[in-house]
Amino acid sequence: MHRTGELFGQFETMDQQRESASLGMWVFLVTEVLFFGGMFMTYTLNRSTYPGVFAEASRSIRLSLGAINTVVLIGSSLTMAMAVWASQAGKKKLIPLFLIGTLALGTVFLGIKGIEYHDKYVEHHIPGLNFSFEPNADVATNAHAQLFFSLYFAMTGLHALHMIIGAGLLLWLLRQSLRGRFTPQYNTPVELVGLYWHFVDIVWIFLFPLLYLIDRH
Amino acid sequence: MSEHHIVSPKIYFAIFAALMVCTGLTVWAAEVDLNHIFAGMNIVVALTIATLKASLVVLFFMHGKYSSKRTQMVIICSMFWLAIMLFMTMSDYLTRAWS
Repeated sequence: MHRTGELFGQFETMDQQRESASLGMWVFLVTEVLFFGGMFMTYTLNRSTYPGVFAEASRSIRLSLGAINTVVLIGSSLTMAMAVWASQAGKKKLIPLFLIGTLALGTVFLGIKGIEYHDKYVEHHIPGLNFSFEPNADVATNAHAQLFFSLYFAMTGLHALHMIIGAGLLLWLLRQSLRGRFTPQYNTPVELVGLYWHFVDIVWIFLFPLLYLIDRH
Repeated sequence: MSEHHIVSPKIYFAIFAALMVCTGLTVWAAEVDLNHIFAGMNIVVALTIATLKASLVVLFFMHGKYSSKRTQMVIICSMFWLAIMLFMTMSDYLTRAWS
């Protein structure tokens, strides 16, 4: 069976077998690009329509937390890439360590996200939950600010959901790696989860400037 | 996939360092008013840096540089289709002369 790194079924070569697995994940990621892309489109339209309010709303979320999270997530991509390397290089004992590192950094990211969401709750910046952007905000400002925060929660929320799913995948990989499942001949699951994890990182790489860095000068 | 090429950890750490520099750069650029150079320069700079960061992740962390042409074509297609969604939809809104 393919799980032992043997040639399986309709594939003619191991290269072809490996590539088709990888291509499957890439094609899925293409659908994810368009999935998130829809919200990026909504963001683009609404920000271009209400640039002033969007800039103001952006300034009300903590840049430091967003920046720290960016470093944390890119760091988790590094540990994930190292996990893939370890599985390719036959360093079986290192695989679970790098996977745990990725999981830990991902958890830190989600924890900081939780702190940010709590901040927004306290400041009445959650649309639909006694939303009030500023004490003296007029109706229009409130409405346009709600657009920003709706997008903020929808986009970072969808991103966080993807990270939680990724964490589940990492736990599954961790279990398998502790059983010595991954070898230089067979490390496809590590590679594919890696592709998924890096994609989630890329989404954040765009979310960070668009949500946190609209106008900080 | 001719991926018997194992990417060295040295490259991963170098790319990580580059990504950290880019992150610092984009935060710094956001705190400087570049819009007096031309309107919208800040967002252009921010998105250019973000695209550079994403490219580094795709090419090296995701092994894009070491993948088959077939895989690279799929990657390029995603950017193309995203561009169609963004540009065509915005052109719709921007050409509405309704008052």
